[in-house]
Amino acid sequence: MAVLTYREALNRAMTEEMEKDPNIFLMGEEVGHYEGAYKVSQGMLAKFGERRVIDTPISENGFAGVGIGAAMVGLRPIIEFMTWNFSLVAIDQIINSAAKMNYMSAGQFPIPIVFRGAGGAGGRLAAQHSQSFESWYAHIPGLKVLAPYTPSDAYGLLKTSIRDNNPTIFIESEVLYGSKGEVPEGEFLIPMGKSDIKREGTQLTIISWSRALMYVLPAAEKLAKEGISVEVLDLRSIRPLDEEGILASVRKTNKALIVEEGWNVAGFGAQVAYLIQKEAFDYLDSPIERITQEDVPMPYAANLEKSSLPSEEKIIKKVREMIK
Amino acid sequence: MSQPKTKKETEDLLELYRQMLLIRRFEEASAKAYSMGKIGGFCHLYIGQEAVGVGAISALEQKDYIVSTYRDHGHALARGLEPKALMAELFGKKTGIVSGNGGSMHFFDKSKNFMGGHGIVGGHISLAAGIAYASKYRGDGAVTLCFFGEGAANIGSFHEGMNLAAIWKLPLVMICENNHYAMGTPEYRALSVKDVSVRAVAYDIARDHIEGDEVRKVREHVRVAVERARRGEGPTLMEISTYRFRGHSMSDPAKYRTKEELEKYKQGDPLIKAEKDLLAAGWAQEELTKMDEIILKTVEESVDFAEKSEEPPLGWLYKHVYAENV
Repeated sequence: MAVLTYREALNRAMTEEMEKDPNIFLMGEEVGHYEGAYKVSQGMLAKFGERRVIDTPISENGFAGVGIGAAMVGLRPIIEFMTWNFSLVAIDQIINSAAKMNYMSAGQFPIPIVFRGAGGAGGRLAAQHSQSFESWYAHIPGLKVLAPYTPSDAYGLLKTSIRDNNPTIFIESEVLYGSKGEVPEGEFLIPMGKSDIKREGTQLTIISWSRALMYVLPAAEKLAKEGISVEVLDLRSIRPLDEEGILASVRKTNKALIVEEGWNVAGFGAQVAYLIQKEAFDYLDSPIERITQEDVPMPYAANLEKSSLPSEEKIIKKVREMIK
Repeated sequence: MSQPKTKKETEDLLELYRQMLLIRRFEEASAKAYSMGKIGGFCHLYIGQEAVGVGAISALEQKDYIVSTYRDHGHALARGLEPKALMAELFGKKTGIVSGNGGSMHFFDKSKNFMGGHGIVGGHISLAAGIAYASKYRGDGAVTLCFFGEGAANIGSFHEGMNLAAIWKLPLVMICENNHYAMGTPEYRALSVKDVSVRAVAYDIARDHIEGDEVRKVREHVRVAVERARRGEGPTLMEISTYRFRGHSMSDPAKYRTKEELEKYKQGDPLIKAEKDLLAAGWAQEELTKMDEIILKTVEESVDFAEKSEEPPLGWLYKHVYAENV
């Protein structure tokens, strides 16, 4: 089994798919000559040429729209946002055009497009470059939302997204690009709507995704040493949501904690909590809890940034309270 | 433009006149049905602007694409979309062009490369650039025609779309139908220029500006831009000056303009102009009246069809939210 970085896994997924299907192209700021602001498209311009790896000017609304228009006539664009923070100027196109086109046209114009790029918090990038938008996009019918944590999941889910006939919001984590993990040899796909148990446990389920697992998994490890057995469920796929997977785990452990990097109010964790109380209320031994980013724009100061995010300490403290 | 001289030219004008008249009668019927509560939502009529849509679309080939706005009835009819299916869509019936999912602002017909009426002002301009981008990517020789109003010329998508179309030399013809009011705001209060097409200069692309009251003149000018696009010489930004005789939508009494102004523009009604030219070329008034009667009958049939059609089944509510993966 090969050990790849998260960025290499994404690169491999795109390269393999583009080799197979001439309708796929990659478009975005700095994806070509610069080989990606985060080097995700390294080597792709040399391999596929300027026709299929296309540098754009800084105009997210414009090139998101270009991708959607191209998808209307059967091409399969991969649109890279340098970061998801910049997607906000394209959000009209994503919501009003991409998500609704198939519905408004009664199935005449499916939009097979992937919007991908770096998301999430951290790195002292401050308020405008450090935020999570999974909840925003998950709100919209017509979109699919993925947020992988491991290189293997990144590879398998990106391939699935590229082959999907719907607009997919593929949120990579800025701080995970260099992280390494085993990626099986040969081609494989990971279906959407399937969560993954990253750690088995019996006393409490932590439901999380993407970079927040960086805090969750070590916390679970430490808790295990105290004799507290935590199950860690990585959603990977925010929409569609693996409702059965969540419920099965909570019915087993009888306690649920949701950890997310996004904000609390109207955050996606609230939807997960609603699902659990509705479908597994009788199995719960304690209230469902959430740990999220604090309800503030991201501060720059290192200590404030750290204190605003979920952390191992916060998770351990919360789990201890819930287990009592 | 001079009057038609030959029989061929006269017959050509007659066909364009027929299309304009169909739009006029279709929309008059829509207005009536709207007033009776049979049509819901917003309903933006095209009455007065017919020469633009008919003239421009008649310059296209079947393989070419059209991207429209929320004021899309005229463009759709000019492209040959079925009046019955369009009226049924306005009535929200399952027989509508998009099964009752879209209504007035969202006509789509893939079989005619009619790429939609779009409801966000100017948002569709970059989609049109994308369709043109795909033509260039594939080398299919098709041209994309994008209509928008002068109100859309101030939104980011317009500028981004123009810049991208310019740097990539896309086969795109952008037609600003300047009807002088963005909803209730007159152009002089919203536009930094008097003629939207001069903005082409800033993007180093071709431009044109004409009055949009003569249908054959519109076609002649649009054809130049279409041919330029087809030769690979890039996009054109055109302003075609026109006027809507009705309010912005059916809910707008248009009190922001004077009766005198409206009357002045009605003198330039593109249908009256075409009719005068046809009569001057020797066409009999009775023939035109007969044509009108046939069109009225077609429109009545479309209303009847819409009326009698069923509403979409409730089971269709979730249909098409997601496309199937096959």
